[in-house]
Amino acid sequence: MSLTVEQVKVRNQALIEEVLEVYPEKTAKRRAKHLNVYEEGKTDCNVKSNIKSIPGVMTIRGCAYAGSKGVVWGPIKDMVHISHGPVGCGQYSWAARRNYYIGTTGVDTFVTMQFTSDFQEKDIVFGGDKKLEKIMDEIEDLFPLNKGITVQSECPIGLIGDDIEAVSKKKSKEFGGKTIVPVRCEGFRGVSQSLGHHIANDTVRDWIFDKSEGKHPEFVSTPYDVSIIGDYNIGGDAWASRILLEEMGLRVIAQWSGDGSIAELENTPKAKLNVLHCYRSMNYISRHMEEKYGIPWVEYNFFGPSKIEASLREIASHFDDKIKEGAERVIAKYKPLMQAVIDKYKPRLAGKTVMLFVGGLRPRHVIGAYEDLGMEVVGTGYEFGHNDDYQRTTHYVKDGTLIYDDVTGYEFEKFVEKVQPDLVGSGIKEKYVFQKMGVPFRQMHSWDYSGPYHGYDGFAIFARDMDMAINNPIWGLTKTPWANS
Amino acid sequence: MANLRQIAFYGKGGIGKSTTSQNTLAALADLGQKILIVGCDPKADSTRLILHAKAQDTILSLAADAGSVEDLELEDVMKVGFKGIRCVESGGPEPGVGCAGRGVITSINFLEEEGAYDNMDYVSYDVLGDVVCGGFAMPIRENKAQEIYIVMSGEMMAMYAANNISKGILKYANSGGVRLGGLVCNERQTDKELELAESLAVKLNTKLIHFVPRDNIVQHAELRRMTVLEYAPDSKQADEYRSLATKIHANAGNGTIPTPITMDELEDLLMEHGIMKRVDESVVGKTAAELAAELAAAQ
Repeated sequence: MSLTVEQVKVRNQALIEEVLEVYPEKTAKRRAKHLNVYEEGKTDCNVKSNIKSIPGVMTIRGCAYAGSKGVVWGPIKDMVHISHGPVGCGQYSWAARRNYYIGTTGVDTFVTMQFTSDFQEKDIVFGGDKKLEKIMDEIEDLFPLNKGITVQSECPIGLIGDDIEAVSKKKSKEFGGKTIVPVRCEGFRGVSQSLGHHIANDTVRDWIFDKSEGKHPEFVSTPYDVSIIGDYNIGGDAWASRILLEEMGLRVIAQWSGDGSIAELENTPKAKLNVLHCYRSMNYISRHMEEKYGIPWVEYNFFGPSKIEASLREIASHFDDKIKEGAERVIAKYKPLMQAVIDKYKPRLAGKTVMLFVGGLRPRHVIGAYEDLGMEVVGTGYEFGHNDDYQRTTHYVKDGTLIYDDVTGYEFEKFVEKVQPDLVGSGIKEKYVFQKMGVPFRQMHSWDYSGPYHGYDGFAIFARDMDMAINNPIWGLTKTPWANS
Repeated sequence: MANLRQIAFYGKGGIGKSTTSQNTLAALADLGQKILIVGCDPKADSTRLILHAKAQDTILSLAADAGSVEDLELEDVMKVGFKGIRCVESGGPEPGVGCAGRGVITSINFLEEEGAYDNMDYVSYDVLGDVVCGGFAMPIRENKAQEIYIVMSGEMMAMYAANNISKGILKYANSGGVRLGGLVCNERQTDKELELAESLAVKLNTKLIHFVPRDNIVQHAELRRMTVLEYAPDSKQADEYRSLATKIHANAGNGTIPTPITMDELEDLLMEHGIMKRVDESVVGKTAAELAAELAAAQ
């Protein structure tokens, strides 16, 4: 029994009322502003976002340190990123986010290693600057091929007022001008990881761009130089994207920041165009490069053949006919392959419904890929999206879609329980809750240890993974003993 | 432990807290009390008169050398001075780095865990002038000092500070059991000093427990890194401290919940005693040139 759009709207509206009922009055009033049912034609989802989570609810968000260390800086492979503070933040962000990279770990690349200053009580009381200096000395001794260091501040650094900027400058001088970037991404700053992205972007501007003039004189520009911005190469995403850009005749001079290097960051101001995948985490630096260096930027979407096709044409439109032809050639080349994927999986997935809750981009970006497989996204929301993300979301969602910003653990469970989608896509904290409810689940941050999902290659894997989750025979074998009694 | 009395001395920086507390505690030791002094000031000068030392090795500096505070033994940090008074200094970072407040918390926790308070009659905390953060409020939190003695004088800033400290005590008086034991006026020979101190005590719902007259013998003793009690036990000033010690000893359980007053009330008090003149509101924020121009216009 499928519902009409109007019926869905009424049900979703009632659902929102229902989840709000359990909250104290003030909480209900505040949470109500984050929940909505999308009305076709509107230019916004009309939910509040980027606001402090309410104490007492189980938010899914992270912190500014997570945004800087975990997202923006962590994947830069030839720099050493110090988790500066007590050991826990470093321990739990160890091994990054499956940001694949090429290199010899521990020799010239360091992404999956973990460096921490492991603050003790005496470092709090007496300050940690001396220890930080010592760590930098040790890094220079033990890993002489490192190309730079970042200092990722945990909360206590800001509380006790350590002068990490002074230490960074001093050590940079001692190490012959090596790039050392102090990042004030203390976890208590801001309402989510989003501020950490912004702070990290700003440190690239202040500590990389402003000091990179005249570096890399060997770099020879071409008219087709582009930088991939906001692709973290999770499971190889950036690689699957890069080959398409190269096949159409462009030269990728930098990857931000998956499999990226400091030289790439330094050379990015020489690009002709910045192509921006994760708008939320890297629009800041893209705007800066536009203002300061006059580099235009274009948002693109490499999830699913429909969006890839549109994006390739959009990117090509910034270049000459050679590239435009290249884009058409690439699209034509992969069309049969994509058709084969769709022919194989669409019959198994058509009509299936999905609810998403991810970070700052995927809640809208992956919708096209599901639709290419005949599936429908019936609910979506962002952990740390801002107003401009919810405006962009309107280009993707259908009339009546349930929208939930910074959804609480309770709300999400309740929504899924009532909507009964065929698949939920969210993070590791959510995974087992929904699987125990008998709902198929895919992690949409880490691709559930699979991937890539970007590009044409990624779509084939994406389709296979969704089929594997939804049509897994296990769901037919689970029984509820009390249902029979 | 049952009879352990925990007291603390607070007051504006430079008011003579450490001098007053050490002389008073020396007098209490004279009365046969077993005493532990816990210095809670990064300057670490709360025990020098008892120990005849320049500065005692502090818990935190020893901990930093040893690796962590868990690596220390009580005997490493505790010194015994005049009349068996036991002394420890919390210590802390040099000015401008780290977190001295956390240092106080670390030190006090260490002392409690190591049983430093066992078999003592008195533990006395000597705390930095301004209660700038939670760490320096540690001695007035639950299960620490039962009574606070505020060292003050007839100077305006000392009275402001006394009032501010009362606010801190009030906060913890409701959650813990801390009380204001009284004011100790360390004479500066300002106008109507005794009168003012008594009035402030009334306003704060406490009493002026003792008025310590100024006497150069305190400085003479201090130059020799001694308390007056040790340097000149028969002096008049030594008797003053004995008298203060006796009053504090008899004051057990008589502390009050303070009633801090507003800035306006405090200024009123000063004006009442003719210490401060009422400010003409019409001249506030005007430069000399503006006032001169106004004056000229009026003529």
